This record gives sequence, structure tokens and C-alpha cells, in this order.
Amino acid sequence: MNSQGIILSGLDGDRTWRLADYIKRDGYKALKKIVSEKIPADQIIAEVKKSALRGRGGAGFPTGLKWSFMPRAFPGAKYLACNSDEGEPGTFKDRDILRFNPHSVIEGMIIAGYAMGCERGYNYIHGEIFEVYERFEDALQEAREAGLLGVNILGSDFSFDLFAHHGYGAYICGEETALLESIEGKKGQPRFKPPFPASFGLYGKPTTINNTETFASIPFIIREGGDQFLALGKPNNGGTKLFSVSGHVNKPGNYEISLGTPFSTLLEMAGGMRGGRNLKAVIPGGSSAPVLPGSVMMDCTMDYDSISKAGSMLGSGAVIVMDETTCMVKALERLSYFYFEESCGQCTPCREGTGWLYRVIHRIENGLGRPDDLDLLNSVTANIMGRTICALGDAASMPVQSFVNHFGEEFAFHIEHKKCLVPIELQREGSKIYVA
Amino acid sequence: MLEIEIDGKQLQVPDGSTVMEAASKVGAYVPHFCYHKKLSIAANCRMCLVQVEKAPKPLPACATPVTDGMKVWTHSEQAVKAQKGVMEFLLINHPLDCPICDQGGECQLQDLSVGYGGGQSRYQEEKRVVGNKDLGPLVATDMTRCINCTRCVRFTSEIAGLMELGQAFRGEHAEIMPFVEKTVDSELSGNIIDLCPVGALTSKPFRFGARAWEMSRRKSISPHDSLGSNLIVQVKNDVVKRVLPLENETLNECWLSDKDRFSYESLNCEDRLTRPMVKQGGQWVETDWQSAIEYVAHALKSIKSEHGADSIGALASPHSTIEELYLLQKLIRGLESGNVDFRLRQSDFSADGRMSGIPWLGMRVSEISTLDRLLVIGSFFRKDHPMVAQRVRQSARGGLKVFAVNPAFDDWQMPISKEVCVPPNEMVAALARIAKAIAEETGQALSDGLRKLCLQVTVDDDALVVAKGLVSGRSVSVWLGNLAIQHQHSSRIHALAQEIARLSKGVLGVLGEAANSVGGYVAGAVPFNQERSGKNVVEMLTSSLKAYVLAGVEPDLDIADGVSALKALGDAELVAVLSPFKSKSLLDVADVLLPIAPFTETAGVFVNCEGRAQSFFPVVKCAGDSRPGWKILRVLGAALELDGFDFDRIEDVRMEVLGEGDELHSAVKFNNDIAIGEFSLPAITSGIQRIADIPIYSADVLVRRSLPLQATKDAEMPCGRMSNATLELLGLRSGIMVRVTSTKGQVVVRLEEDNGVSDGCVRLAGAHHSTVALGGLHGSVSVEAV
Repeated sequence: MNSQGIILSGLDGDRTWRLADYIKRDGYKALKKIVSEKIPADQIIAEVKKSALRGRGGAGFPTGLKWSFMPRAFPGAKYLACNSDEGEPGTFKDRDILRFNPHSVIEGMIIAGYAMGCERGYNYIHGEIFEVYERFEDALQEAREAGLLGVNILGSDFSFDLFAHHGYGAYICGEETALLESIEGKKGQPRFKPPFPASFGLYGKPTTINNTETFASIPFIIREGGDQFLALGKPNNGGTKLFSVSGHVNKPGNYEISLGTPFSTLLEMAGGMRGGRNLKAVIPGGSSAPVLPGSVMMDCTMDYDSISKAGSMLGSGAVIVMDETTCMVKALERLSYFYFEESCGQCTPCREGTGWLYRVIHRIENGLGRPDDLDLLNSVTANIMGRTICALGDAASMPVQSFVNHFGEEFAFHIEHKKCLVPIELQREGSKIYVA
Repeated sequence: MLEIEIDGKQLQVPDGSTVMEAASKVGAYVPHFCYHKKLSIAANCRMCLVQVEKAPKPLPACATPVTDGMKVWTHSEQAVKAQKGVMEFLLINHPLDCPICDQGGECQLQDLSVGYGGGQSRYQEEKRVVGNKDLGPLVATDMTRCINCTRCVRFTSEIAGLMELGQAFRGEHAEIMPFVEKTVDSELSGNIIDLCPVGALTSKPFRFGARAWEMSRRKSISPHDSLGSNLIVQVKNDVVKRVLPLENETLNECWLSDKDRFSYESLNCEDRLTRPMVKQGGQWVETDWQSAIEYVAHALKSIKSEHGADSIGALASPHSTIEELYLLQKLIRGLESGNVDFRLRQSDFSADGRMSGIPWLGMRVSEISTLDRLLVIGSFFRKDHPMVAQRVRQSARGGLKVFAVNPAFDDWQMPISKEVCVPPNEMVAALARIAKAIAEETGQALSDGLRKLCLQVTVDDDALVVAKGLVSGRSVSVWLGNLAIQHQHSSRIHALAQEIARLSKGVLGVLGEAANSVGGYVAGAVPFNQERSGKNVVEMLTSSLKAYVLAGVEPDLDIADGVSALKALGDAELVAVLSPFKSKSLLDVADVLLPIAPFTETAGVFVNCEGRAQSFFPVVKCAGDSRPGWKILRVLGAALELDGFDFDRIEDVRMEVLGEGDELHSAVKFNNDIAIGEFSLPAITSGIQRIADIPIYSADVLVRRSLPLQATKDAEMPCGRMSNATLELLGLRSGIMVRVTSTKGQVVVRLEEDNGVSDGCVRLAGAHHSTVALGGLHGSVSVEAV
């Protein structure tokens, strides 16, 4: 919590999650403005479009555009869902937003409900952060008691209710259609698209799903205007963004910075490299984003376009920093195990392929690699990518491809010499810091 | 219509078509596993990936909707590369043990791996092993072979109606399994064997019985319920090894009920009668055909001359072929008697002679999908008519609103708009209320005969809901189920159903309980409307005839009142039985046993509920000395020196019954209308009313002897079922043993709470050896703790 910005700013006080504190920080001003001035829905969506807010969950899809997909004249229920099922290794931003600033999400969702004509919303919260779920329930209760949620909000004819729903810790439930299945009480497995949620979502009704941080950005955009938000970032990359910096830095944590800020600045904010060591590699957007060598990263600015140009993704903004003591084979082994374990098992390439990838990497790490294993890894990932129902197959493949691509010599060394290229003593040295 | 080009071929397909459907239209085969035309789209196997113009990656043909101007390549380099990639994934954890797999030779994975699989696996690690599951006595599992296509999961929830299977766990650990400690108990469960594209789910009774290529496939028709499902009977070395569905979209689609599929297991059971037998001095001796026929002919002749022709009667199973039914009634009428009947479980015959034609479904089975309102009266619908219920289920999940009037309900696994649950002797009143409500609702006049009756009832909420529901429909049908036909007030129920159908501008239908429930009327195997009329089944059994000829009947189980039946037969001078099986009761009461061939060993025709006459041929040779029933009756007719028995071929018999015509025989007069005379409400009797269902695996001689079917949940020992209110009223509780006493006898059964049973009633199955002693399927009984 060491930044300024629009979501984390002003959160240095006590009990910042309470309604009173949020109101002191101009909370619910945007909502009041909308309902009192009866601002047309079109105008709100136009404002969001103007802000160039892009989805903070990982895909970076323009939020205003997504909102405009919701059928206007649909007779019957429409739903809104907030994706707080933050399960990507390295990502821990939504948890802090909900923990310290839950009302920003609630206000953002109410505004979204107003703009899209939804009467009901759900916030799907990751099951392994139960105290966050409980805190969010408390916040909802506060909002309801204050007349901010429920029937005839603030005396207007607009009604919207919001419910918290906790998952049980499956990574796949962060995939938006799996999330909907899970809310419906079914096994969390992604649906085939089309149809997209905007036409066939929760309970078969038009549904919009946005990330927690996306919703948390909405009140500012409505209060201060889309232009203001855009100006905080850079064109096509409006606003500020939370980055969860973890790994070999001195001060891991969440940092809210303007999009377009150089990576080196973010690294500095995070206290620089641990022990002054050299930067080896960075995964800039959560474990499913391709890894980039440190040198490439140091030339990047932290925004969707720059990272994409460098060959990776900004994703959810989970910046995993690795220094020279890291064995990339071991790092990939750990990542691959995650995807193997979290594949939902629905479609063939991911169900069968993630296990295969993990086993091959595992045997390379354990000195049982074979000369053609790198070709095999490339071939298996190629057979998974683009062939699955959801993006988990891609998410499992991209790290493998990028690790092998950028750090191929380490893998080749492992296969040939049955040991790490990074000397084991150095690795031990590197991990010493954590020995308390 | 949308334009699409597939592999260079142009075609037009309707809006909403998928690429898979379009591809099959141009004959382009797209490999697939999870896709099935009757199930929802899962798109999980990914085998059907095809190349689509402008799409950056291959798309699954099964789930991709056609867009106008789309160009698709099913076998381009990109498509085949994707398909081969998926095949490799499918095979890495699949045991390559086809030689010891029961699916070998008829396995989709095996077949497609020839085209898309590699010669050698690149996967060198250990393969996954998945524990087998107990799915019950019909379906064997080898779950390690499962490719998680979820066809079985989707079948149980979508077609069978009850989710009995699911995919548990995640990723590589994903397993298909039933609920903990549960088996798959659906009456349609066998279909998951056909659906399984690999050897994970195979037939338990057939297991390792033969290889697919060793068996010949022969067409046949199911001899069980009134649908007449089309079968493929697979035969090896003149033995029936297995039964599979023969796809017929107008009847069974691509499904079979378990009784159609597994009843073959009874064909060569111990009970099978293979030699003619005569009882001499109380002892059974085997004999030759000539002696047996002469014995019967001689006995019939002497009884006729001693006691008159009217002392001879014949009872036929409604599962007999139309040729058997026809020749039997011809034989009886040739002897100058009119005593012949096949409606063995019926007890009210007061509509006889008032019918306008032959009772039938009133519509084609394929038209069920066009209905938007359906009232089912007196039916254990799901178990009595599994395949028809399946069709109704599909419609009910669309726009069809189903209503039902029944004395007892079990879960039909479909949405039902209103269940009217009344005791059996109040069904007439409940229907009168509905008729009255419709008349009032629509301002129509009631039929003359019913006006007085309807004055005696007051419309209640239930009746109003049903009435409003029915009149709001555009395509309405009212069906009489087996229980309605067997009901002691059957003709009154029939009349009111007819009235409800008329008032709601609907069609009246009779579901019919057996393969030839319609055919029996066509063959004239009824004691009325013929040149020579006579006694019906109840009259025959109560008037102590001297000679009975039974065709395919087990008197204690197939006749409503088994007690009276055994008594009458025991007292007769001659009981000649044509039957494929012997049974204890038959050995007790019969004098001659003539072994006839079951459906697999004879030719014949079944006329199903929609009036479709479906012929079939023998698929195997007759076992031992048994012979087709029609041949025996022909020889017996000749031995009795009757005219018109000189048939050479079964086709000649058929021609005499059905005449020329297509399968639907439009010349036959099907009509459910009966003349409505004035009648009153049945008296409300005191005491607990018995409601008897005929359990699905007790209904006929074949299913009763099929060991796998007898091992299912549906074949469990019947217990007395009562609602909680009834239990409290009688001071009884669930789980205890009770004595049920009727006017004919008593039985001891276990009691179970079932709130689907109307208050003041006990539901206790009929057609079961444990309840035969009660005699009759209806009436008052007393229930007391033992």
C-alpha cells in the first residue's frame, strides 16, 4: 500500500474499508451525481469509453466497448458480475482493493448496473481469502443500510442489489464463463463461446463481467470525467493501474502507478533488487504471461502496448521479478505444476497436455531430460495453444514457450549436464534471504 | 438460409446450423467424439477442429455456428494438424490394450486413431489409472479408458432426465462417476453403452461375449411396450448375444429402453420350454409334436361335444404376434365359441361394444413434439412407457405443458405443470371436475350423458388449473395410461377423458401397455364386435370353463386377478398352454405345454400404439423342438378339421388379418371414441385403496426372466407405499412389515413412506409373485402391522 493513485490513495488511515471513511474520500459522489442528475446510461458508457479504461483482469479489453455490447432493449433480467477470483500466481491486487477499499468496487458496480440496466450483481470472491469475503459482506451491509444498495437507491427509481459469492479456490473459476457456472452452483468449467456472456451469461441472461480493479476505477471516471482518467495514463492506456510486485525485490507489494511509467521506476518503488543483485528475468503480467529477459524489461514502460510490443502481456499486472540466482528450469517446473493442477479437465488438449508439459519439465529439472525434449515441449505447447475451450491452455503454454525461447541455454545445459546452469551454491545464496 | 462452402462444395443451410451439421450434409466426415446429434454441444473433445476462413485458429465444427459466406476446410493441412494433435493427447493416457478391450472392433477411438494417430507415442511417462465405478448390473466400467467426452453425463441429465453421472475432480484427475454410493438406475441406462465412444462403458451382461465382427446384425422389433422400438439383434452361432437400437427417428430415435436391450438374456434361460409336454397322472412327460397336438385337438373336441363350445375359452398375451392372436381367435371361433381375450389386466369391460374403433394413441409418435398441452391420466408414465416419456420430456423442456391425474406419482423427471393426485375411486370425480371446469371456462355444453354427473361435483383449484392450462393450448392431447385402462372404472374414465379432449379441442389417445395392445384388437382377439361374441377374460375366469387355451400367458402374473385365474384353470378339464417358458404356476395348472418361439425365433407383426404394423423375421433357429406360435395354431386348427387353416406362409396369415397396405394400414379403423351413456360417480368405499403399478421388469414373461434386469433397483422386492398422512392415520411407520389383506388373500410386505401416493391409499405392485395372493389390482385392503 505504498502509492498514490485513484484506488489506493488515501488508504493510509485506520479502518479505510468503512463506509464513513470512503465517503470522506469523495465516495459515492459519482453515484449521487448520476441518480440526482438522472444522467442517461449512454452518457456514462461514453464517459467510460473516453477514459480508455481497459479490463484490469488480464485481457485488457476496452471496458466501455464491453459495456456497449449489453443488449439495451432486452426484456427480463440482466446481470453484472465482478471477477474477484484472483488466482493467478503473482497477483494479489484485488484482495487489497476489497480489503481496504471495498466501497469503490460496490460504487463502481452500482454505476455499471445503472449504465447497463442490470438489477442484480454478484461479486465472485476467491475462496482462499475468506476474510476478504467477510469484509465485503460487511461493506455490502453498510451500503444497504445507507440506502446505497437495494430498492430505489438514494430515493431514485433505480434499484440494484449486489451479492457476494465466494468460490472454493479453483483457478479456473477466474475464467469468466466458469465463474458464471460456479455462481449457478455448477462445477466451474468454462463454456464454449459463442455465445458470449453479453448475450447468454448468468442463468442464460445477458451478463457483463469485469475485474475488481476495473469496477474500482469507475467512480473516479464518473466523478472526475473520462478525460481526467485518460490523462493519468497514456493514449489507449488510460488511468492508473495496480501492479503486484513480487519476487526478488526489497519491498514487494501493490503499487498503483500511471500506465506508461517506466519499469525501472516501478522497480525502484519496490525498493530495487534484493541484495543489489542483477535482474535476470521478469514475468510482467502474472504467471501466464510470457517471461521477458531483464534487459528487455528495463526498456519497457508499464502499459498494455509497450509490454505487448516486447512480446509479453501486461495481464493482471502481477510483476514477478527474478534475479540471477534463479534457475529458470526450476521456476518453470513450478509454474507448469500449477497449470497441470488447475486445468479443469474439460477439454482434451489442456487436460492431457498440461500434465505432459509438467512431466517433461520435471524430468529435465531432475536430470532425466532427453535431447529432443525442447522440441517436444515446443510441439506440445503448439498443440495446446488455440485448441482449447478457454485461455487456460494458452496460459499454460506461453510460459513454457517463452522460458524455452529466452532461456534455452539453461534448459539445454540441464539436459546435457543433468544439473543447473546457475550454480547450486548461488541458488542457495539467493534463497538465504528468506531463511529467517 | 445461409451460404457456406465446405471443402469447396457450396451449400445452403438453415440459420442456426453448426459447421458439423453442414459438413454432414455434404458428406464431409469430421472426426469427433463428444458430439452427438441428440445431446447438447460440449465441444470438449476438440477432435472436430476444422479450418475456417479468417479465423486465426482452428474451430470446433460441432460448436461453431455457420455464418453467411463462411468457408470451411475439414481436411486442410491446418485442420488435420489440429486433429492429429488432439488425437495424440487423447491417446497419451489411454491404455493401448485394444486386444483385451470389449469395445475393440467397434471403438470410435480405435477407428479414428488409424487415421489420425501416430505409429508410436511420444509420451514416455506413466499412464493414468482410474478406478472403476459400480454403475449397477447393466453397465460395466473400465474408467481408465475414459476420454471424458461426457456423452454419458449429458445423456443421463438431458435424455433420461435425472443427473446420475458427473465429472468429478479437475484436470488430469477428472473422472466420470455416479454420486457416491449410487448406481445408474435409469430405465434408459443402457444407452450410455452405445454412446461411449471408447471401452469405458460396456454392456455388463454381454461382456466378452463376442467380438463385433463375429456377429451378424439382424433387424427386429421389441416385443415389450407399445412403442415397438426397432432393434438390431446380434447373433453368433445361432445365439442372440446382444440387442442394439436400430435407429428409427419416428419411434425410438437412436435409443432403447433397458428392457428392450437386456430382455434377450431370458431367451435361453432354464425355464425355456423346448419340448412339448403332457401331464399324465399328475406327472409331466415330454412328448412329440404330433402326440401333443392330437392330445389337445382330441380334448377340445370332446369338451365341445360334452359341454358345448361355450365352455372353451382362450387367453392370449398382448405380447403375442398379430398372427398368433389372429389364429387363436380364429381357432376359438372355428370351434364356435366367442370366448377369446387378450386384455388380461383389464377389469372393466363395460365399454365393450360401445367403441367406435380400435383404441390407439390418436396420433403418430413423431407428432408428440408438436403438442403444447398434454394431460396424462392414470399412468406410471416413466416406467410404463420409457421411450414415449423420453419424447415428452424433451418437449416438456421446450414448450409442452404436462398435466396429470393419477392416484400415485413417482418422479417423471420432467417439468409437470400440475399433478392432480387423488385416490383411485375419486379419479372419476376429479376428471368430472376438470371437464366441468373446461365447459365453464369456455362456455361449451357438456355432453348429454355427463351433464347430470357433473352437477354432482364442484370445480376445485386443481381442476381449474388443469382446465385453464388445457384450453390455452393449440395442440392438445389427453392420454389414458395403463392404470386408467386397468382401472375398475375404466370406461367412465375413458368417457370423461374423451369429454375433456373434446372440450379442449384436443385428441384422445390410449398409450397401450404391450407390444400388441393395438394389434390384439386388429386381430379380433376380443370377445365382441365379431361374428361370434363371447366372454371377456374376467367372465371366462369366473364362469369355470372346461377348457382354456393360453398363448404366452403366465396366469398368476399376467392376469389382473391371478388368484381367480389359477383357481379357474386348476378346475378346468383342459388347460393347453402355448408358451416359450414354463413356470411353477403353469406346471401346476396346465395339462399340455406346447413350446412356442419367442420373438427372436419367429416371424410376426406388432401393431404399435400409433397403429404402425411392424413385421419382423426370426433371427435365430428355434430352440429345441419349439416352433413359431402361428405354425402350431395352424396345425392345431387343421387337427381340429377347421376351415381356413391351410396357410403355407406367415405372409398369408398376415394378409388375411391386415390386408394389403403400408405399415400404417390406414384401412384399419382406429378410433378412441366410445358412446357415452349416462353414469354416476362411483361410490366412495371405506378402507385403504390399493394402487397397483406393474413394475417395469415384471410386466412380461421375458423381462421377468432376464437376470440382469432382475438385479436392477427397479426390480427390487415391492413394498407397500403410503403417504405420511396415511401412515399417521393408521398408526404405522415406514420400514416395518405389514400384512395387507384383501377379499382374496393376504401378503406381508415392508412399508415405506411415499408422499407421491394419494392419502388413504397403499401403492403395492401387481404382476409380482409376492403380491399375487391379493388377487386383482384394485379395491379396498386392510393394512396392519405384523
